[in-house]
Amino acid sequence: MNTILGTWHWLTTAEHYRGTAGVPHRLLEHAVISGIAVGLAVLIALPLGLWLGHVGHGGAVAINVSNIGRAIPTFAILVLLATVPSLFGDAGAVLALLVFAIPPILTNAYVGMREVDPDVREAAVGMGMAGITLVRRVELPLALPLVAAGVRTATVQVVATATLAAYVGAGGLGRFIADGFGLQDTPMILSGAILVALLALVTEIGLGRLEVGLTPGRRRGSPPPGDAGQVRG
Amino acid sequence: MLCGGRGFGRGGGHATVPFVAANPWFSWSYITQHASELLSATRQHVALTVWSVLVATCIAVPMAVVARRWGWSRGTILTGVGILYTIPSLALISVLQAYFGLRPITVEIALVGYALLIIVRNTLIGLDGVPAEVREAALGMGFGPTRLLTRVEIPLALPSIMAGIRVATVSTIALVTVGAIVGNGGLGGLILEGLNNLYRAEIMAAALGCVLLAFIADLLLLGLQRLVTPWTRRRAG
Repeated sequence: MNTILGTWHWLTTAEHYRGTAGVPHRLLEHAVISGIAVGLAVLIALPLGLWLGHVGHGGAVAINVSNIGRAIPTFAILVLLATVPSLFGDAGAVLALLVFAIPPILTNAYVGMREVDPDVREAAVGMGMAGITLVRRVELPLALPLVAAGVRTATVQVVATATLAAYVGAGGLGRFIADGFGLQDTPMILSGAILVALLALVTEIGLGRLEVGLTPGRRRGSPPPGDAGQVRG
Repeated sequence: MLCGGRGFGRGGGHATVPFVAANPWFSWSYITQHASELLSATRQHVALTVWSVLVATCIAVPMAVVARRWGWSRGTILTGVGILYTIPSLALISVLQAYFGLRPITVEIALVGYALLIIVRNTLIGLDGVPAEVREAALGMGFGPTRLLTRVEIPLALPSIMAGIRVATVSTIALVTVGAIVGNGGLGGLILEGLNNLYRAEIMAAALGCVLLAFIADLLLLGLQRLVTPWTRRRAG
């Protein structure tokens, strides 16, 4: 009971919302680290996945990347990168998060492109479409639900895993948990945990809504796509 | 404990720790010299994984059966395990340690929570995939609901259930490492120790150990899957 009251007290203390160690600033750090990692992962994995799917090669690679990714502990990669002095902190965190954001985006983009009905593709080719036009006008719109699900999965995973980055000197909401353990301050740990969980849930629900809005043609009834290569962190 | 006391400032903490001259990424001699330490960490890693996946399976399969039989519960169950899955592991473990302390059970509860979604979802996919004709034939032969479930539906869903257990096991093995923050992370403990000493060979050995464990576990489960569903192999061959 004391713990709950203490946590409530921590969360409602105005002092914890001011300055560079305050909640708003930590939230901003969390968003910036996650945003850069997801942005870079999209830039790398999306064109590659779409291209592999378009030409129909490299399927084994695109799929296996997620399976292997699942077996590698995020925590280990974060810590390994942190042993390089120049990577200790935010840079190493972004790099580690990037590594784990690539598989879901790559796999979903590839699978989405491959699952386009071959008849539809043939019809488009028969109408004289090829290359970029075919991708832009036919394949990508049809693959969009899976592609979007891959980006959502990667983003939610990155936001969740960015919490661990606090242990390797990065900023973000995870600092409250890591510092809380150091100070043996349970209300601080629990406050950090609540804030991080809320952020992850808001990201998941918000992106889910956005995805439904963006892809009106999504098949109903089928299990939600995505989570193909999600790694927990 | 942990990183506490060192007070990781933003990019500052490491500056005071001198890097040892020889800090290789990989070292056989580290592994041979610390074999017993690695072995006991691995043993804890395996114990945490096996316990968590077994408990998760015992909860998830009935949950999927309930979701399948009573349609109204389906959305609630899937949303519930989905929300649980979204909560960052560090957050969940932190909350649990406030009540359960620095014990294995803290990590195990979190691991069970995360494995639920994967197994529930795969079991549902398997049960949904049972052809209506098969179900009708069984009912026509006089099977009651229980016998239909245990003799027809579950066996037919088994390949999908096993696939879920395999994915859940591999992710659990990777996730156990986070348990190190509450002192029960199997090989993760060596990763955290390696972070505090900035000793790469130790971190790498633990990370490779996790990947190796995941690989072995996946192979063993694949073998088990073949063993319990011999008909799928015959059909494929």
